[in-house]
Amino acid sequence: MIQTRGERTFTVFSAVVMILLTIFAFLPFLLIVIASFTDETTLIRNGYSFFPEHTSLEAYLYIKSAAYTFVRAYGVSFAVTILGTGFGLLITSMLAYPMSRRDFKYHNVLAFIVFFTMLFSGGIVPSYIMWTQYFHIKNTLLALILPNLLSNGFNVLLVRNYFKNNVPLEIIEAAQIDGASELRTFFRIMLPLSMPVMATVGMFMGLAYWNDWINALYFVSKPQLYGIQNLLMQLMSNIQFLNSGQASSVLGAEAVQLPSTAVRMAMAVLGIVPVLLVLPFMQKYLTRGVVIGAVKG
Amino acid sequence: MTAKPKSKPLKKTLPLLILAAPGLLYFIINSYFPMFGVFIAFKDVNYAKGIFGSDWIGLKNFTFLFQTSDAWIMTRNTLLYNLVFIALGTIVSIIIAILMSELLSRMYSKLFMTGLILPNLISMVVLSLLVFAFLNADSGFVNHSILRPLGIPEINWYSEPKYWPYLLVLIQIWKTAGYGSIIYFASIAGIDKSIYESAKIDGAGKLKQIRLITLPLLKPTIIVLVLMSMGRIFNSDFGLFYQVPMNSGALYSTTQTIDTYVYRALMQLNDIGMSAAAGLYQSLVGFALVVTVNAIVKKVNPENALF
Repeated sequence: MIQTRGERTFTVFSAVVMILLTIFAFLPFLLIVIASFTDETTLIRNGYSFFPEHTSLEAYLYIKSAAYTFVRAYGVSFAVTILGTGFGLLITSMLAYPMSRRDFKYHNVLAFIVFFTMLFSGGIVPSYIMWTQYFHIKNTLLALILPNLLSNGFNVLLVRNYFKNNVPLEIIEAAQIDGASELRTFFRIMLPLSMPVMATVGMFMGLAYWNDWINALYFVSKPQLYGIQNLLMQLMSNIQFLNSGQASSVLGAEAVQLPSTAVRMAMAVLGIVPVLLVLPFMQKYLTRGVVIGAVKG
Repeated sequence: MTAKPKSKPLKKTLPLLILAAPGLLYFIINSYFPMFGVFIAFKDVNYAKGIFGSDWIGLKNFTFLFQTSDAWIMTRNTLLYNLVFIALGTIVSIIIAILMSELLSRMYSKLFMTGLILPNLISMVVLSLLVFAFLNADSGFVNHSILRPLGIPEINWYSEPKYWPYLLVLIQIWKTAGYGSIIYFASIAGIDKSIYESAKIDGAGKLKQIRLITLPLLKPTIIVLVLMSMGRIFNSDFGLFYQVPMNSGALYSTTQTIDTYVYRALMQLNDIGMSAAAGLYQSLVGFALVVTVNAIVKKVNPENALF
């Protein structure tokens, strides 16, 4: 396609604007990465800066020295993410499969039951009371996993749509004529044929679990059960507390123990690293996933 | 449906029901049980008497709620923020999608897309730290490296409510616009290239092509996405309004939304009845909005209706 002069100008213009926007999206990350490598006194004296006077590895060395807390929080985050995503995907696809089978008597009933949860909810108060008063999940690892397990009906419908649109009923019928049971059909045929949607939904779920801090806010008061996000939050509220002026009288000597600004930034950086690792996969599946999701079933 | 074979219908449905059972059970427990809990909004909850044993007080929780100034502030904030987010978010997303689709190489557009969706993937906690790095009074980037060198008096961002409407809008757009542009980008990619070719032959420049081809063809997508977000206009992102302003009491007049109010009434004020009332108010209005919006979508474009 030959471009006219006006078009070429527009292409250049687009490229320039896109570069600027991408830099704009990246700058805040750059600032905290640099801050995490900035010497603490420089941070206090000169503030956050893209060009710090003195750099230092102190924050990361501090994290290494206090490894126990950080490793535990990282461990909690990873455990919750892996367990939650694993069980979530399994149960989601197991529910989506019967919903996708047009020859299954109750497929529409199931779809409605799932769909209605997207329209109306009892609100957080009844849920909170149910989970704490009747299921007693407060201060357990389950509190970080259960309330988000099938986080929303959207994922189930997304998988259902994929099953329905991409795996023809004839394949299933053929397998069953050959004597495969429903379970076998599901695990041996449906799932292997549906890896793209599993990857997409798995990524959505994994990110949601990795980034979740609200469940711990509601259900967890033991710092031992804090994941990386809640540990960060705790450090944040400590600064607020120190800034508020109430701290000096209460804390005294303990205040010295609080990690420095650079350490908080270093921890934020460590919290983002796993997200950066999934980013290329995310990019690959996202367009497809979003488009599949937008197709109503 | 055709006539069903009479023999062994259970043998056919039972395995599928078993597969569906765990997920079904989960939705019943996690989503349906709490729906019956809405009666809490009409009770004077007393843990000693138990939820079921607590006294009924009719609409008192609602009367109290709507007598406070909180009810007005949180309703106004929730609605206005969402309206601005929807309007501005849509415009910025479309602009990004159009610019991105103009890039000649697919590799570059992929690279930019990867960069632009990153903000959407981080947690609100990390986001609040980013914001803190820019805005904190003592060492924040804005006060220290922008305002001070310019000789402008430094601003105590976390205690000045008047700046937060702009800050929250900027933060929200920064976080979501790249992600939001994906679906528009996909729609533009689906437009038949020959339409542009013939427009070009007729002498239409780029801007004219965008105005006369791209935007009209995007219109159905835009309408549906906007209407769908209208259905959620009574909901707000708890993290954005709680975590990012660091739950600062001085900022409540411009940062309080229904979601943050429900959290505070439940966990900090321990006012379960009021909190449940606010939650039910949100659920009911939200439900009514979704149903109404769906009816509108159905009118506009039956293909895209949710149900």
